[in-house]
Amino acid sequence: MASVTYDHVVKRYTADVTVVKDFNVQIADKEFMVLVGPSGCGKSTALRMLAGLESITEGQIRIGDRVVNNVAAKDRDIAMVFQSYALYPHMSVYDNMAFPLQMQHMPKNDIDKRVKNASRILGLDNFLKRKPRALSGGQRQRVALGRAIVRSPKVFLLDEPLSNLDAKLRGQTRIELQKLHRDLQTTFIYVTHDQVEAMTMGDRIAIMNAGILQQVGTPGDIYDHPANLFVAGFIGSPTMNFVPVTTSDSTAKASGFEVKLPKSVPAGKGTLGFRPETVTDRIVDPASTIDMKVDVVERLGSDQFLYGQVGGDSVTARVDPKLKVEPGDMVHLGLDTRTLHLFDAESEAALL
Amino acid sequence: MSVAAAARTESTAAFGSMQWISQRLGTIVLHVVVIGLTLAWVVPTAGLIISSFRPFANIATSGWWAALSPPYAFTLDNYNQLFEQSNLGTAIFNSFMVSVPSTVIPVTIAAFAAYAFAWMKFPARDWIFLAFVGLLAVPLQLTFIPVLKFYVEHGITIENLTALNLPPWVGLWLAHAGYGLPFSTYLLANFFRALPSDLFESAEIDGAGTLTVFFRIILPLSVPALASLVIFQFLWVWNDLLVALIYVGGSPEVAPLTVNLAGLTNSLGQGYQLLTAAAFFSMIVPLVVFLSLQRYFVRGILAGSVKG
Repeated sequence: MASVTYDHVVKRYTADVTVVKDFNVQIADKEFMVLVGPSGCGKSTALRMLAGLESITEGQIRIGDRVVNNVAAKDRDIAMVFQSYALYPHMSVYDNMAFPLQMQHMPKNDIDKRVKNASRILGLDNFLKRKPRALSGGQRQRVALGRAIVRSPKVFLLDEPLSNLDAKLRGQTRIELQKLHRDLQTTFIYVTHDQVEAMTMGDRIAIMNAGILQQVGTPGDIYDHPANLFVAGFIGSPTMNFVPVTTSDSTAKASGFEVKLPKSVPAGKGTLGFRPETVTDRIVDPASTIDMKVDVVERLGSDQFLYGQVGGDSVTARVDPKLKVEPGDMVHLGLDTRTLHLFDAESEAALL
Repeated sequence: MSVAAAARTESTAAFGSMQWISQRLGTIVLHVVVIGLTLAWVVPTAGLIISSFRPFANIATSGWWAALSPPYAFTLDNYNQLFEQSNLGTAIFNSFMVSVPSTVIPVTIAAFAAYAFAWMKFPARDWIFLAFVGLLAVPLQLTFIPVLKFYVEHGITIENLTALNLPPWVGLWLAHAGYGLPFSTYLLANFFRALPSDLFESAEIDGAGTLTVFFRIILPLSVPALASLVIFQFLWVWNDLLVALIYVGGSPEVAPLTVNLAGLTNSLGQGYQLLTAAAFFSMIVPLVVFLSLQRYFVRGILAGSVKG
């Protein structure tokens, strides 16, 4: 168990290809930290530098108090679960899990105890003699987890471990992973491109884009107070509505409506952001309403999403599933102004 | 395997449709080709084996298929004569003594070299690999004089080796190893490169060193490639006449079967009934090697390692 610190870490492949830029994160002991971002954002590289699979161009990575820049992967006391699972295909499940312990020259009895223990936790007791090819995707994934667990490492690294599972199994495994994290009481660092996984599993989330860390915070914090346009658009589904506006004092004027902002902002151009759930058929404040021409209706049973035009801008609304709406209808909707976001047109940073 | 694949495609189209007919046709063509190839290989082989059991008088007057109808006349004369006239036992023994080390040595060296070329980082790696593979294009006849000269200067001659109580084939082993290395290394390096890199990274984190990765992960996963390489190299050495003739041809007591075979028949073609029996011996060994290793060709040993 240990904390992990990224201290001004840079990864550069050639002079003009920098995949991780000045990365600073402190991950506390026993924390479940999720690194999330679109593909190619540098999240996997950040993880692989911690694992010791990639060299660190600049800066320091510390596990606990130890600088690990020049420590070999095997001596960092970490375990990694790969997206592809990377099971040794010619070894049985038992041997796959025993392999890292054999490498440490652990006595056979201890290896046996640990493997049996891990397989009990993961429900793999009946599969110990099988080869990976005779297992389902979910079972293989558990073997990969087991191979990490047996080592009782200081830090668990997980690189998109759920992306090869089908949707239902992914949901289950998400819950199992959280239980596992609670039981093991170890630091978890989890890389994913899926914002749902990030929101549901992380104690904290670190969002990256184009090699740059955008924001670190708890899921609630990031959802409610995105630091910039990218974070606001990345987290949440359906995506937040973005409408170009002209601001003056404390009003924002869009092409089809005008809202009063909770506080005054400098006059100029900006992007107004509001989540679909703030646009509803319940009109609280008659002063802030919008008229939307509906293009597409999505009924999910528990929710109903309307996609349409307000003035010249696209807007998504979440309305009562019982509400009867057809494409082409004009609907009068209320806009909850308590959770509005405003982003600078130039820097895209949050102003509100 | 191809038959199963064909059967699977059959079911995709409706009975009697154009697609069904064309698939059906494809299956039939495939079967005809496979059966044709099999026959083209089996018939002469059967002919040779049957001929080897026929009396010389019959071989000279009628085709081998005549032996399949009465009156039956089979004999072991050819084999008896062969064993009397030539040192067949020694020759077969020599062939093994040449072929086995000449297969094991280059395949072993090539496996280590290929691992380095495929997965280790060192300066000019790709250039060295390229130069190495470029040796494939060098005709081996070019090497006879320099290699022989080297052998004589450094005492790697049959007389010397025997005097030193070493196997007399050492020179031949080294020559075959050298001729086999470029191709072996090339084939294995390509195979190793195709192994998923996740496996190596995972092993690295698990604490496996370079040699452990080689012996415990790469070699077990490369059995199909190694098996095919062993077959290739063994067949090439077993059937080789030229190289054996150059390096040990002057000493019948160490020469392999091919050299012995070549000496059986004279320039007028006399004694070719003996060839049928001798050819049987030289054929049966590669056949056994191939049949015993061929299952590794088709085994998809990588299934289940990556991806769910």
